[in-house]
Amino acid sequence: MNEFRAMTHPRTNSRRRVTTGSRLPVASPARRNRPRLHLIRWVGLGLFGFWVLVAIFGPMLAPHPMSAFVSDEIYGGASTANLLGTDYMGRDMLSRILTGARYTVGLAIIAALLSSLIGAGFGMLTVLLPRWIEECIRRVFDTLISIPSKMMALVMVSAFGTSIPLLILAAVLSYAPGAFRIAHSMATNLATLEYVQVARTRGEGKLYIAAFEIMPNMIQSVLTDMGMRFVFIVLLLSGMSFLGLGVQPPAADLGSLVRENIGGLSQGALAVIAPALAIGTLTIGANLLIDSLSTSRGSQKE
Amino acid sequence: MRNAIPVLVLGRLSSSLVTLFLVSLVIFAITSMLPGDTAQLILGQFATPDQVAALRTELGLDQPALLRYWHWLSGFMTGNLGMSASNGVSVTQLMSDRLPNSLLLAAITTAISVPLALIMGITAAMRRGGAVDRVLNLVTLSMVAVPEFLVATLAVLLFAVKLDWLPALSYVSTVESFGDFMKIYAMPVLTLCCVLIAQMARMTRAALIDQLDSAYVEMARLKGVPPMRRVLRHALPNAVGPIANAVALSLSYLLGGVIIVETIFNYPGIASLMVDAVSNRDLALVQACAMLFCSAYLVLVMMADLCAILSNPRLRNR
Repeated sequence: MNEFRAMTHPRTNSRRRVTTGSRLPVASPARRNRPRLHLIRWVGLGLFGFWVLVAIFGPMLAPHPMSAFVSDEIYGGASTANLLGTDYMGRDMLSRILTGARYTVGLAIIAALLSSLIGAGFGMLTVLLPRWIEECIRRVFDTLISIPSKMMALVMVSAFGTSIPLLILAAVLSYAPGAFRIAHSMATNLATLEYVQVARTRGEGKLYIAAFEIMPNMIQSVLTDMGMRFVFIVLLLSGMSFLGLGVQPPAADLGSLVRENIGGLSQGALAVIAPALAIGTLTIGANLLIDSLSTSRGSQKE
Repeated sequence: MRNAIPVLVLGRLSSSLVTLFLVSLVIFAITSMLPGDTAQLILGQFATPDQVAALRTELGLDQPALLRYWHWLSGFMTGNLGMSASNGVSVTQLMSDRLPNSLLLAAITTAISVPLALIMGITAAMRRGGAVDRVLNLVTLSMVAVPEFLVATLAVLLFAVKLDWLPALSYVSTVESFGDFMKIYAMPVLTLCCVLIAQMARMTRAALIDQLDSAYVEMARLKGVPPMRRVLRHALPNAVGPIANAVALSLSYLLGGVIIVETIFNYPGIASLMVDAVSNRDLALVQACAMLFCSAYLVLVMMADLCAILSNPRLRNR
């Protein structure tokens, strides 16, 4: 079920494929070892890095306060005064995007970190816990994973009203189970390996085994998975904001910026295209970066 | 072992049912954690405490949560989903008005995206490492990460604003000719297809490449079977199961996608009904819609698993 959430099919780079892949030489060693131009990776890193920098420094660089009315023209086009035009109330779009990016990137990073911490933490610990506790925890996560993330967010917002902690909670409830599933299956495999048995025989405690024997061997995969979750959470949260059920005014993330300016779409206003493109470049960049990192790690093992 | 398939299928069906039951528990728990609020919400903040108390009794909110859950669940079995709080129409009525529209949108999207995605995925797998594969990889990798509203906005901008071919909004009631039909469905379907095709093509490619990497395809290559035949006659029949699995899983993406697409194009489907219900905090309607979406999701995931079970020759030939 988790395949649905993973952007690339998880089996693409599975260990099985890497080790039992074609044994025919695909290219001469010299050609195979030629340093490759990681164009996709650099494009991904560039886009993603750009938005992270914007999230950190954007509000300081914004030429106007985010809610200042700077122009009489609504849905204004690009000009020297307003580089990205003006929004539906004549506010500077560039400043609003620079400020809004912090919400989009920041909330998603917090939620992705929490999802991975909770998911991977439980995934690792359950392997060491008694069998019946493991089963119970698995059942809970399996149930949560069967609720599509947008449904979870919509149901929670309908019950409690929207707020930033609630949005983070909804994202974590939706995406921690997937992280759990991946971490759990990895930890189950790792727990059977000899060095873990040795540590157990040596009389090490469970926490020690989890932290020093199992975790170092799965941390890379957990981080890749976290990147993937980041992309999904950006899409989820900006989707919710786009529906008007996410970040509420006066604060605005990139999704809310698209929503509030959607009226300008029929005149092709920059105010609606710019934030939509901003989200697109952020998620595409992150996805390209993660994919190229995980693929190259897979091919190193070959 | 003759009964391996029925046993597996039954096992899968029953585990889906258990999951659906647990999902209903979660949805109910979330939506009724604030028992007092519902009546207050419906009446607004100026209601007198007496009115609120009366409505609570009327809605059965003064009963214990477990009993309310039981009533709610048994309502589902009998098709009595309660009344919508915001407009006083029964939830069943509201949903059955909207459901056919959503199903039609999903059906058209599926009919267009599945063949295209299969062709793209199979082509990419056959030309693995080549220029076509690399370009398709880059395009699909980017497309899966694009939010629906970006595709939708750009589509409206291009086809409705710049080219003026299509109306920006959907109204299903005005279908008179095939042209109208095209005008209404072109952009919602296009938007949904973009992400869906990318997702499905990637998974198809991965499933086929999994087969192409196996020993029997290598054997076929060693005995001189030409590449085309190797893919179409040797690998593809064995990849049907994994590909069907991939298609069913990708289709479950539709459930999230329609929420945005129906809203942006004002399409009168079940997802926009749910978004309105969430905005109005119409809990009975939200619960029912959420259950519908979760069941649909579970059915798709279950179908994906069943495809994998049924197409496994090791189980079939026993």
